[in-house]
Amino acid sequence: MELQKIYQSVVDGSAGEVQAGVQAALAEGVAADVILNQALIAAMEEVGKRFEEGDFFVPEMLIAARAMQSGLGLLKPHLIDSGVKAAGKVAMGTVKGDLHDIGKNLVAMMLEGAGFEVQDLGSDVDSQKFVQAAQDGANIIGMSALLTTTMSYMQTTIQALQTAGLRDTVKVVIGGAPVTDAYAKQVGADAFAPDASSAVRIIKQLVA
Amino acid sequence: METKLSFKDNTVVISPEAPFVVIGERINPTRRKKLAETMAQGDFSVAQQDALKQVEAGAHVLDVNVGIPGADEPALMRGAVQAVMGIVDVPLCFDMANPDALKAALEIYPGKALINSTTAEEEMMVRVLPLAKQFNAAVIGVIQDESGIPATPETRLKVARKLVNRAADFGVPPEDVIIDCLALTVGADHHAGRITLDSMKLVRQELGVNLSLGASNVSFGLPDRKILNIAYLALAIGSGLTTAITDPTVPEIQTTILACDLLTGHDEYAARWIKAFRKRAQAAA
Repeated sequence: MELQKIYQSVVDGSAGEVQAGVQAALAEGVAADVILNQALIAAMEEVGKRFEEGDFFVPEMLIAARAMQSGLGLLKPHLIDSGVKAAGKVAMGTVKGDLHDIGKNLVAMMLEGAGFEVQDLGSDVDSQKFVQAAQDGANIIGMSALLTTTMSYMQTTIQALQTAGLRDTVKVVIGGAPVTDAYAKQVGADAFAPDASSAVRIIKQLVA
Repeated sequence: METKLSFKDNTVVISPEAPFVVIGERINPTRRKKLAETMAQGDFSVAQQDALKQVEAGAHVLDVNVGIPGADEPALMRGAVQAVMGIVDVPLCFDMANPDALKAALEIYPGKALINSTTAEEEMMVRVLPLAKQFNAAVIGVIQDESGIPATPETRLKVARKLVNRAADFGVPPEDVIIDCLALTVGADHHAGRITLDSMKLVRQELGVNLSLGASNVSFGLPDRKILNIAYLALAIGSGLTTAITDPTVPEIQTTILACDLLTGHDEYAARWIKAFRKRAQAAA
C-alpha cells in the first residue's frame, strides 16, 4: 500500500510525500531494495514512458526526478547497509563548447531512477574529465551535444579514452539533436540514444 | 546603431529604427534528414529550395549551416554558399565553428556577411574576430564565457561588454557586433525567459548594440511551443530585439513579426501588414 503511494507521489512530483512514504515504508520494515525497485524505479519507468509517448513534458519529468531523488537520498544508507549494488557507474556530460544541459540532466536523472550510480560532469566538459571519470571507475560514458558545431568533440573524447588505454573498459553512449546512429558508428561510440528513456534501455542492454 | 549587411548591391539594415530583420534558419542539417543527405553528396538543390521558400516567406538574410559530421566542411560550405547565392540575392549568415570553413565562405562572398557566432571565450574570439575584420563582416556575439552562461542581467551585460571591447581590439566596430543574450528554456527554469528579457533591455540601454536571439529555445520540452515562441518573440522585440534567427516559413512567426513592426512604428500606413493579409486571404480562397 505504502509502495503504491510512493509510486504515485513520484509520478506526481511530490517530493514531500515521497519522503514521508519512504520513511513510513522503512518503519513498517519494508526492505530498502524493495522500495527502490517497486516504487521509485517503477515510477520513473512510468514517467519515462509517458514522456516518450508525449503525455509528459520536461518540467514534469524534472519534478518527478527530483521527488525520486529525495526518496533515494533516504534509502541510500539502507541500501549500502544491505549491500545492494548499483546497476552500473555512469559518468556523463555535455561536450566542450556546448552548454545545452537539459537533455543530459534528464538522462542522468532517469539513469539514477533506474538504479545506476551517476556522476554528472556538467556541461562544457573537457575530454580529460571524461578520461578521469573512466579512470575513477565509471563503466559507462555518456556524452551529449546539441550543436552541429560541437558534436565532433565526441570523437575527440573517444580518441582521448583510446590514448589513455581506457576505451575497452567503458561503453560510450552519445545523444543530442544533431547526433544520429550513423554518427555514433562513425566516431566509434558503442551506441546512440535518441531520448532519455531509450538511453536507459540501451545502457541496461550494454551492461547486461 | 546600424548593422549593415550586404550582398552585391542589396543592403539590409539592422537597427531599432528599421523593420525587424528575419534571418532564415532552415539551411541547417540538424534533424533534417533529406537536407543532410543531399548536402553530404554535394547536391544543394534542397538547400536552394529552402533558400527560395524562406525569402518568399519574408527572410531578409539567410543562415547557412553545413554541420555534417565527417564532411569536408570548407568544400561543403563553398558549395552551399555558391548554390544559395545563385538563387537568391539576400545577405548571408555563416554558421560554423570550423575557421577554415568560415574562411572559405567569406572568401567567395561578395558583400558584408554576418558570422554566427563567437562566444566571449578568449579562445573563440581570437579565432573569429580577426576573420570578421579581414573580410569586413559583422558578427553575432553570444553571452557565454569560460565560466558558462552568466546567471543575472548584470553579469550578462558584463560579458556583452567584454565582447564589444574585444571586437574593438581586433578592429571590429560595435555596430558590427550583434549580441545574443541567450534564451534558455522555461521548461527547466521558469525564470529563464524573464532573465533574458531583462538582460536584453540592459545591454541595449548600456551598449546600444543590436540584439539577436535564438528565440525558439525558450519553449523546449513544453507543449504548444509555437504559441510560446511567438509570444516570446513579441516580448523580446519589446525588450530591444532587432533581429532573430528563426523560421519565416512558419506563418505565425512571420505574421507576429509583421504585427510587431506595425505596432512599433516600422510599417508606414500599415502597408506591409495589409499586403500580407491580402496574400493570406488569396491563399485561403
